[in-house]
Amino acid sequence: MAGTGAANPELLDVAARIAEMARPGEQVEAYVARGTNNTVKAYGGEVESLTQATSAGIGVRVIVDHREGFAYAGTLDEGVVLDALAEARDNATFAEPDECNGLAVPDGVEAAELDLWPAGLASVPTADKVALALELERATTSRDARVQGVRVAMYSDALGESAVATSTGIRAWGRAGTSYLAVQALAVQDGETQIAGGLSVGREIDDLSVDEAADDAVLRATRLLGSTKPQTQHVTLVLEPRMSATILSIVGGMLNGELVLKGRSPFRDRVGEAIASPLLTFVDDPTDVRSLGADVYDGEGLACRRNQLVVDGVLQGFLHNTYTGRRAGSASTGSAQRGVASTPGVGAGALAVAPGTGAHEELLAAVDHGLFVTSMAGLHSGVNPVSGDFSVGVEGLMVRGGALAEPVREATIASTLQRLLLDISAVGADLEWLPDGSGGVTLVIPDVALSGA
Amino acid sequence: MLEHDLIQRTLGAALRTGGDLAEIFVEDKASSNALFDDGKVENLASGRDRGAGIRVIQGDTTGFAHTADLSEQGLAAAAEAAAAAARDGGGGVREVALTPVDAPRPNQIGVLPEDVAKARKVELLRRADDAARSTGSAISQVTARYGDSRRRILVANSDGLLAEDDQVRTFFAVMAVASGDTGMQTGYQTLGRTVGFELFDAYDVEDLAREAAQRALTKLAARPAPSGTMPVVIGPGGGGVLFHEACGHGLEADLVGKGASVFANRIGERVADPRITLVDDGTMAEEWGCFAIDDEGSVAQRNVLIEDGILTDYMWDLLRSRKEGRPRSGNGRRQSYKHLPMVRMTNTYVLAGPDEPDDIVAGTPNGVYVAHLGGGQVNTATGDFVFGMTEAYLIEDGRITEPIREGNLIGNGPDVLASIDAVGHDFAMGSPGTCGKDGQGVPVGDGIPTMRVPALTVGGTA
Repeated sequence: MAGTGAANPELLDVAARIAEMARPGEQVEAYVARGTNNTVKAYGGEVESLTQATSAGIGVRVIVDHREGFAYAGTLDEGVVLDALAEARDNATFAEPDECNGLAVPDGVEAAELDLWPAGLASVPTADKVALALELERATTSRDARVQGVRVAMYSDALGESAVATSTGIRAWGRAGTSYLAVQALAVQDGETQIAGGLSVGREIDDLSVDEAADDAVLRATRLLGSTKPQTQHVTLVLEPRMSATILSIVGGMLNGELVLKGRSPFRDRVGEAIASPLLTFVDDPTDVRSLGADVYDGEGLACRRNQLVVDGVLQGFLHNTYTGRRAGSASTGSAQRGVASTPGVGAGALAVAPGTGAHEELLAAVDHGLFVTSMAGLHSGVNPVSGDFSVGVEGLMVRGGALAEPVREATIASTLQRLLLDISAVGADLEWLPDGSGGVTLVIPDVALSGA
Repeated sequence: MLEHDLIQRTLGAALRTGGDLAEIFVEDKASSNALFDDGKVENLASGRDRGAGIRVIQGDTTGFAHTADLSEQGLAAAAEAAAAAARDGGGGVREVALTPVDAPRPNQIGVLPEDVAKARKVELLRRADDAARSTGSAISQVTARYGDSRRRILVANSDGLLAEDDQVRTFFAVMAVASGDTGMQTGYQTLGRTVGFELFDAYDVEDLAREAAQRALTKLAARPAPSGTMPVVIGPGGGGVLFHEACGHGLEADLVGKGASVFANRIGERVADPRITLVDDGTMAEEWGCFAIDDEGSVAQRNVLIEDGILTDYMWDLLRSRKEGRPRSGNGRRQSYKHLPMVRMTNTYVLAGPDEPDDIVAGTPNGVYVAHLGGGQVNTATGDFVFGMTEAYLIEDGRITEPIREGNLIGNGPDVLASIDAVGHDFAMGSPGTCGKDGQGVPVGDGIPTMRVPALTVGGTA
């Protein structure tokens, strides 16, 4: 849900009509979303597929006697929507009462004025999008003799609007759009194949750069050619911005008020304490328009706001939606995250590390014996946000005497998330915004177990 | 689900401006979920998704559009959008005569989800919570989830194919947290079958809850996992994901065709020990990845991919099999009507071998025994894959000893496959999985007997 201004928020009327059907003693919330998506995939100089689609849906939440029920429908057809309301009501009778259950009420926090709508995108002809995808494949395969093919070269955009209305007085509507180019390059040398992806992301189609995506993919695929399995050892990790953002997104998830209240976060009793190196500050600020996760309203229709999570290594607090805020004895931080098919959870929208000092090259030059990590695998299977255990597959380049050395693969790095945070020894100034809305910088972490041969 | 006349008119409209093949995929899916967390029934949710995806194939190009509007106008608009990619003026009026496909159901459904009172579903959750909490006083939190879905699909194409399926799946999961001096540990156990509510006549949710709780309790005493390369013995059932990642994805014809698989051009070659026979089987009754037809209308099949160590075939969908002029294999699947189909696995498993499971452990002086694996991930171009161990132990002097903490294992698919040196006779299927590829998730099953990989890299710290 994002972006203000312009257009007739007809979608808000759809949501409000359902919310107004609340019976006495009942709270009703309707979350409605509608969007269009265009995707062009190029392969072998041809359009492999062209997808054009529109979708819409509604999620209805009913709370009665502090019991919550939910139902959704993948259409806005009147009859089906009314069925969803009836089903949500029925579902509520089977849940157990919780006095903290209740919909959001307006909290007086003013919504930011953000322009997240790529007005030009809607009028870009399909032929231009097709041309971009084809050009991306051509550019990727014409830069380096070792890169003669791609798995796919893709242009994709999404325009969406959403609205929330509740019987408790919430009326929120917004719209946003993004577009991106993505390519997976195949680099081949001496019978060995390496695959790696390159990206360019933005809102308007003019924000996208074929060269940026192609260069990124070609560099990543070719520099891994000839990689071997390293010896088992301890190394200083140098995490490039997209790697550190991935890890900090997991940490951000552990600062989720719901997990804290339910005893599933190792940081639950640590507010006011140092949980990370004093060099580390990170903030969730969906009102920062540089983030592709920027939003005006959260999933319950409250204004998004800037939430400091860790400042100089000290834990400041947790993210909350209306339920967890109430239960924690505080209030929502405007951090309800949801889609049409689910009730609002809690999460960060635009988590970013505050940039430190020092360019990426300076940080690298100070590392005598390390591993520059360029990809991680198995984050879902090897990182446990409850225990903090951390073990992932990595690819990258060894660092020797401050310079990048031979490429390595088929190895893992392991530690705990708690320990990694405390051990950070340098924070780069090179803030990079990523497709998921997060922002990362280069991080250096000494003495981490690298498992290989 | 749709009148045959309307299907024929929609296919005709899709081909009006040209195209080699038009297809309509109609889906009507109803699902329900109930969540028990933090000591109470937190939430019941119901969902309904209904719509159609239409594609037009011309040469190597596919046009695709989807709509939630199943009226004549809605379908016509989607057909026109899908045809936009295939405009060459070579169209005209095309008559389509539909012939229904006779596809046997892998199994009959006993009790449809919609015929079960919500109170009964909720009751299962409460029983699971009680059982998990009574497993040990260190159990500090329990989450139990019940889910069911009924997915009715219809596929028709301009070659005259008409096929339907009615897929019912039922799922139950328990996650327990144990708290001790060393922090918190989690245990997770899931149950899922392509059946209705009769699932709970055959399986006890209390057993499932106790397994989850015991797994968390065991890990409270776990030592840090070792690091480095060592022999790894994988227990029956729990480790099927190893083959899913180590070679399953690499045998998908779309990746093979683009040179993005280390298994390209290796049909007929020895890729594994002769004790290894790998099968992908969409007909396996009740398993999580079974169905009557795939999402392109092909009848489910049992396909032998590796036979006695020799690579025999890849897995195929409509696009890739048309290109190669060969039959499809029943592996064309999609997450929903909003997605294009591609080559996907169903139930992927290794047949039982000749070895005595106890002897495999006893014959391993030192290493790691993995009783239960989590998910995994593979780079099909290099064959490097990881998978998580969610319950594992040290092997010392040929005996399973202390539990170790969670972590990933990493190996190279072709190397691992070629090096497996023991295969037990104790085959078992594993937990239900969701396989992700290019942003689409589909239900899959897997299974293996006990087996040993002489050298895998364990991603620990010790």
